This record gives sequence, C-alpha cells and structure tokens, in this order.
Amino acid sequence: MKRVLLMAMLALLMLSPQAWAVNPDEMLKDPALEARARVIGKDLRCLVCQNQSIDDSNAELARDLRVLVRDRILAGDSNEQVIDYVVSRYGDFVLLNPPMKKKTLLLWYGPVIILGLGVVAIFVFYRRRRHGTVDATAGAVPLSDAERAKIDKIMDGDR
Amino acid sequence: MIVELGHFALILALGVAIVQSVVPMIGAHRRNAVWMASGNHAAIAQFLLVAVSFACLTHAYVTSDFSVVNVVENSHSAKPMLYKVSGVWGNHEGSMLLWVLILSVFGAAVAVFGRYLPPALKARALSIQALIGVGFYLFILLTSNPFARMIPPAPDGQDLNPLLQDPGLAFHPPFLYLGYVGFSMAFSFAIAALIEGRVDAAWARWVRPWTLAAWSCLTIGIALGSWWAYYELGWGGFWFWDPVENASFMPWLIGTALLHSCVVVEKRDTMKAWTVLLAIVAFSFSLLGTFLVRSGVLTSVHAFATDPTRGVFILAILLIVVGGSLALYAWRAPQLRSTGLFQPISREGALLLNNLLMGTAAAVVLLGTLYPLFIDALTDGQDKISVGAPFFNAVFIPLMTPMVVAMAIGPLLPWKRGDIARALKTLWLALFAALGAAMVAWMLYADRSPWGLVGAAVAAWLFVGVLTELAERIRLFRVPLADSLRRLFNLQRATWGMTMAHLGLAFAVAGITGAGAWKVESVQTMKQGDTVNVAGYEFRFDGAEQGRGPNYLLTRAKFTVSRDGDFVAVLEPEKRIYPVRQMPTTEAGIHTLLSGDLYAVIGDPKGDGFVTRIYFNPLVVWMWIGALVMLAGGLLSLSDRRYRVGAPSRSPRYAAAQPAE
Amino acid sequence: MNRLVFLLPLLVLLVIGGYLAVGLTLDPKKLPSMLEGGPVPAFNLAPLEGRDARGFSNEDLLGEVSLVNVFGSWCVACRVEHPFLMKIKENDWVPIHAIDWREPDRTAGPDWLRRFGDPYTLAGDDPRSKAAIAFGVTGAPETFVVDPQGIIRYKHVGPVTQQVWDDTLAPLIEHLRAEAANKSKGEGG
Repeated sequence: MKRVLLMAMLALLMLSPQAWAVNPDEMLKDPALEARARVIGKDLRCLVCQNQSIDDSNAELARDLRVLVRDRILAGDSNEQVIDYVVSRYGDFVLLNPPMKKKTLLLWYGPVIILGLGVVAIFVFYRRRRHGTVDATAGAVPLSDAERAKIDKIMDGDR
Repeated sequence: MIVELGHFALILALGVAIVQSVVPMIGAHRRNAVWMASGNHAAIAQFLLVAVSFACLTHAYVTSDFSVVNVVENSHSAKPMLYKVSGVWGNHEGSMLLWVLILSVFGAAVAVFGRYLPPALKARALSIQALIGVGFYLFILLTSNPFARMIPPAPDGQDLNPLLQDPGLAFHPPFLYLGYVGFSMAFSFAIAALIEGRVDAAWARWVRPWTLAAWSCLTIGIALGSWWAYYELGWGGFWFWDPVENASFMPWLIGTALLHSCVVVEKRDTMKAWTVLLAIVAFSFSLLGTFLVRSGVLTSVHAFATDPTRGVFILAILLIVVGGSLALYAWRAPQLRSTGLFQPISREGALLLNNLLMGTAAAVVLLGTLYPLFIDALTDGQDKISVGAPFFNAVFIPLMTPMVVAMAIGPLLPWKRGDIARALKTLWLALFAALGAAMVAWMLYADRSPWGLVGAAVAAWLFVGVLTELAERIRLFRVPLADSLRRLFNLQRATWGMTMAHLGLAFAVAGITGAGAWKVESVQTMKQGDTVNVAGYEFRFDGAEQGRGPNYLLTRAKFTVSRDGDFVAVLEPEKRIYPVRQMPTTEAGIHTLLSGDLYAVIGDPKGDGFVTRIYFNPLVVWMWIGALVMLAGGLLSLSDRRYRVGAPSRSPRYAAAQPAE
Repeated sequence: MNRLVFLLPLLVLLVIGGYLAVGLTLDPKKLPSMLEGGPVPAFNLAPLEGRDARGFSNEDLLGEVSLVNVFGSWCVACRVEHPFLMKIKENDWVPIHAIDWREPDRTAGPDWLRRFGDPYTLAGDDPRSKAAIAFGVTGAPETFVVDPQGIIRYKHVGPVTQQVWDDTLAPLIEHLRAEAANKSKGEGG
C-alpha cells in the first residue's frame, strides 16, 4: 500500500495547475519578434509533458519557458542564443530537433545509409537477374501440374 | 462469481492454446489428419473461452462492480454507458484481454473460413497462432490480471481518464488491435511456409486477404487516433511523431509493403524470401509497439501506467517469437528460390520500388523512435536527447515524395517489361495538374513552407494519375463509350481496390499538406460581441455559459461565423472539468467545409472576456475522406471473388464450381 | 556470403533487443543535470510575504554547505518530504534554502509554511519560474547540494527521505565540509 501511495505521489509530482498553449497576454507586440518566438518554441520540448513542444503544451512550465524565450528575444538575444541558454539549463533533451553532433551522426545519416543499402541490394538483385542466372528451383517443392492448373483457373484473366 | 468465471475461462483458454500449439504441429509433421484437424476445434474453443472471459469483464464494468480492482481504477458509476464499455479496454489489463480476444478471433476465422487451405499449412499456421496466444495468456494471468478482486469493495470508482471518454478514442483501440493482431495471420502463414519450405502464388493468395483485413483495420485505427488528437487536444495538430503513434505507424508501413510484395509473389513467382521477411517484420513491429507502450522505456503522452516486470515479460515474448522466427528464416529462407526474369522497368520493378521506400520509411521511423533510448543506454543515463517532429518531417517527407510520384507511374507499367517513356507520355494531364496545383498553392501561400507546394503538386499528380490509369484500363475515348462503361463494370474488385486506395492516399496527402503547411491561427482575448477575422471568415463571440454534463462540469462558448455577411455556421467549443480526476479537457468547436475546417477553442476567462483560439485548417476533411476511401479500397479488394479460395463464399453455387479439395 | 545475408535480420533484432533490455533498467523521466559541477546560476528572488524582509539570491549561498530546495504549496510530493526537512532543521544538520516555485498567489506559500512548519533559512518567491528554469528544474520537489564556493555538487529529484539522506546527502555533505576544512587549513598554514 505504501508503495502504491508513493507511486501515486510521484504521478502527482508532475501535475500542476493548468494553463493553455500560447496565450494572448504572453504574446509580443511586434509580430516579427513573436514569429521568431514561435519558431523557437516549436523546437523546444515541453519537459513535463514529454512529447510536445512548448508552443503546443498546456503545462505551466511550458508557459514559463515561452515567457522566458520572449524575454530573451526582447533583451536582444538571437534565436541561437535563446536556444543555447535553454540547452545550458536542460541539455540536448530539450531540443525536439536533435543537433548534429558526434552522438547524433548515426541518426542524421542513418536514413541515407539505410536507403543506400536498399538501393545497393536491389542493384545486386537486378544484376543477377539480368545475367540470366535464373535460380534453379532446387530445395523448393515446385507446384504439381494439378496445382498449377487449379491456380490458373482461380486466377481468371487479370492482366 | 461472474468475475471468477471470466478468470477461469481465461485459464482454460491458456490450456487449449497449449494443446493447439503442439498437437496440430506434430500432426502436420506426421501427416496425421485427425491431429491436424484438432487445430480447428481448438481455435474455435479458444475463441469461445476468451469471448466468455471478455464478456465477464464487460459485465463487471457495465454493472459497476467495484469489488474488481480494474473496474475501480478505471470506471465510475456516473460514467455514460458507452464509456463504461469502452473502459474495458481503456486500461492496460483490459486492453490486453482485448488483444488476446482479437488474436483468438483471427485464429477461429482461419479455422472456419480456411476450408480450402492445404491442411498441413493450416495446421501449422494455427499452431503458431496458438503459440503466440500462450505467451500473452501467461502475460495476462501472471502480470496483468484484470479479474483481481478488492476486499472490501470500493464505494465508487476513480473514473476513466477523461481524455479517453470520447467516441473517437472509444473505438480507436479495437481497430488498432485488429490491425496489429491481424498481422499475426501473415506471420503464422510465413512461419508455416518456412517450415514447409514452400512459398508460391497460392500461398501469397492465402496471405493477402488476411493482410488486407489487418491493414484496413490499422488504417482506420490510426485515422481515428489522429482524428481524436485533432479535435480533442485543442490546437488542430493531428500527428505528433510520438513513440506510441510511431509504434502503430511502423506496422502500417511494413503492412503496406507486404500487400504489394504479395502481388509480386502471386503474379511473378519471385521476391519470396523478401515477402516472408516482411510478413515476419510486420508482426514484429506490432509486438514492438505493444512493448513500447507498456514497458515504460520511452515516455509518451499516450503510454499506459507502466510496471517493469511487464516490460521484461513482453520483451521476453518479443525476443522468443521474433528471434525464433528470424532464426528459422536465416536457416530456411535461402531455400526459397525464385524463378523468372526481373526487369527494373516493369510493374514488379515499381512494386519493388514501393517496397524499398516503404521499408526505408519504416526503418527510419524505427531509428528515430529508438535513438533516444540508444543514447540513454550507451551513456548509462548521463545523456539524453529528444527526437521530435522536426527530425521525422525532415526525413520522412523527402522519402514519401518520390514514392507518391512513382505511385502514378507504376500501375501503368505492364508486368515483365515496361516502357517508361510511354507511361510518362500517358501522364501528361497529371503533370499539368501537378504544375497547376503548385501554382495555385504558390499564389495563395507563397510565404509558407515550400513543402506545401510539393504536397499540393504530388497530391494532384497522384489524383489525376490514378484516374488516367483507370481511363487507360477501360480504354476510354479509344473504344466506344458503351464499351468503356462495360469494361468499367467488369473490372476486378481487386483492381477497384487498388484504384480507391491510391485515390485515398491522394486525398490524404492533400489534407496533410493543408493542415500541416497552411494552417491559419489567431489567439486573442474576446469579450461578448467581439469579432475576429480569420482566413476571410468572421468569428463573432456570443459569450459563454456554465453547465453540467453527466460526469463533468462545462463552460460552453458560442461563436457565429459568417463570410461577407452571410451566415456560415455556429461553433460551440467546450471546456470540461471532470471532478473525479480533477482533469480538464477541451472540446473544439468545428465546422467542416471541403475547403477547410473552422475550428474554435475556448480558453480561460480573462477580465470580462475569454481567451479564444481560432484556426482555419485548410483541407483537413480530405485527410479523413482519404482514410475512408483507403478503407473502402481495402474492403473492396478483400471482397474480390478470387480471394475467397482462402475464405470461400457461402453461396453453394460458387462452392460447387470450385474444384474438389 | 549469400546465406549470411539471411542472418542479417536476426542480428539487427539482437542489437535492438539488447538496447531494449538495457532500456528497461533506465528511467526515461530522469534528466541528467546540466548544472552539477558548475556555479549556481545568478538569481535574485523577492521575499515571501510576511516571512522576513530578506529575499534570496545566489550570493547567499557562498561560505557554507547548504541545500536549495524547490517546492510549491500545490505540490503533493513536497508534503511527503516536508516532515523530513523539518527534522533536518530541528537537528540543525544543514541549512536549507527555498525557492518557492510558481505559487498561484503571494500568500499561498507563506500560508503553507505557517500551517506545516517552516524548515527554511532563506526563501524566495519564484512565481514565473525565473530561478527554477535557471536551475533546470522540471518538477517539484528538487533539491540541490551547494558547496561553500557556490558550486552545485548534486541534484536530487523527488522527495528527500531518510533513505536519500542516509545514502546520498549526508555522506556528500560530510565530504564537502571536510574538503572545505582542508582547504582553509591549507590556506591558513
């Protein structure tokens, strides 16, 4: 029971009063600056809701981060400086768009590598087939004539 | 008493599954017809037992039996009946019971409809199916018993998470599981084929309907989840690349690839080992999804409350099932030889390209989903990163664009050897449509993401391309119109299925492009009578009132929308508070037009007004239409007469026309 | 060679399975602290209403080992750790300073402390998460161990319990005090 209680408490640890995503009173007067804040906000992760950006999140901490982003923009920070500040507090975890670093090389180049391997595999496949090395049906059990006839009958006239 | 009956039925189902996993397999090995046939009876018995078990749990929910822990934790006496029922699967234990129920439904379906399957193949497939069942029955009984009692009973329940008390989400899990678990059929057939060492056109023909059924359900399950997020989360987002969403998307991608490669096996007797691998991988992704959602290794908005022992158990099942089958694959697949030539420029070449891109897409989603875990594990928790929507959009959209482009060309290529120049010439109209759509998009949204233009172009290209292919097929304008119409009505249903599914995707791409790239947002504080203009529509705030629903309190706002002075719609967004869980939810007020959704959300009071969020989400409805058209395509294809060799028609005339087994 | 290709899927599975197994032993919610080993961020918080006139800033943390505790009256887990913080205060084990985080109004925090007891030496009001974000806080309660040079040496997430104290905090504080004593002895001699 004590364990259950503790679990419940931990669940509540993350709970706090609700607000809603970007509110009018936090928005900057200057639309250009506000637009910059939106761009930054889209890439910063709401730390307590785990998979939303601070722009989309209702959590209080997300709101406070949005306000912080706008304060920093007003203070003259560039987008990079704002993001660097938040990263210096929360680490790369806060970035929804992972930065290109040694540890993320495989993430960013992975898709190219996977596609490349697939293309190579298909290329090899075509080369074999073009050179007429039609594989013998060794090892497999071929269709009997009766089965073949039955299938032909079933597969009536598709082009 | 009924609750204990449910528990007991589940234990019996485990017993039956154990027998079913052994006896038919040995029977198939020894060519013993009686032993093989025992699989049929066992599969049906298993289904009946699990159905009883599921009915018992449902009964406990419907009657609000608060002596059952599961009911106490996830229900409340004041909850509407629909959500009492959907509450059964709105939690970990109950949803696992639904999982095995669906598994047993598919097993029983093979037993009943698989009359024309070769008995040995059927017996082996049912055995494998039962083996998977054994793992999950044990999982439920040992770690996640939904029938546990509570003494003394609780006076009332803790209610279901209010976010789940929603019609869209009530039916999201059953469809999703029908899809996930449906891939177990293709998997079981693949393993059975590996044991027999034989994959041929007939095999592909038996696998395809099951895969189609699973794919159709998964499509609708994913669309329901997306639709729910769209109207419930309150800012019009529909896809977040959340690990749990990805977990359902990966099997869909692989399932789509499998559907296409099955066609190649069927028509050209080649790509066998690859198709078998896809069948294994599709179900492996389903198991992986189950693991990710329930183990707690990844955090997610949707994840169930987690427990490490469950994670260990599911991981063990996953490694045994998938590891075992991939080991069998490594051993037996090299013997699956293919025949025939294979030219790149041909229908089969186009289908292979589909497989390449779909397979890569699934692998990339897997990479992005698991990468944070790799970094976490490699640094022993000292470093953490996030992989979010920006990454997935950056890699996924460039992969899918060529795929959609190729989708218009592929069906125009004949089997064996095609002429790409000729196919492209046929598509001149599609090219014009694509350029036209891009130009219109550019005029309207020049300041937005360039991907919006690409999206508009490929959606138009695919739409016109699919219709062009249909026109070619019925030789429109080249033979008399009556002739063309006759051809149109005589088309195979499977052909219609393909055409519809591809059209559906064209619609969906349009919807995703509109909602993703061209959304218009306006956030402000409004007093009663204030108006705001969004995307040419005038929204007048007519005030808000307090009220009360069956198990929640609400604030309901009213907006009147007009365009150029003409009335368009009334929107009534709500904000609800569920007192039992002290949780708020938003219900967006949405009016759907073919050109886009008018979307309003009411926020907190501010002074003598309210914070309001108003959106215009262009073309969103086409996303849902697209999903429905894809579903219709899947079902049409499924109803094709030729596939009923695996699931025969009950019409005696047709059955008599079949050659004797 | 050809046959080895068919082994590839199994190998991929084993690699993924290995990571998933390791993943089960890790807590995805636990964030590594970016600030451990670095100086306390600059902050200057207003006092809690009716508590005393002094606020709380980073300069107050120089000179002795101390704890900085992030709490809020809305935070249920803070209630769980509160009696133990009182025990630390009664035994005078180490000074605890407070960042009263994100109170709905000016009186909620002080009321809460009046009701349950006040274990804090200094306390500052942080309604807009200025200090909390500077500290990289994600949820309450969090507790930082700060050495006499104002360097953050450790961050504890979740309630401070007797066990956390015995296993981690007390030995660390002991160590930091010995370190400081050695240093001043070295300077003195």
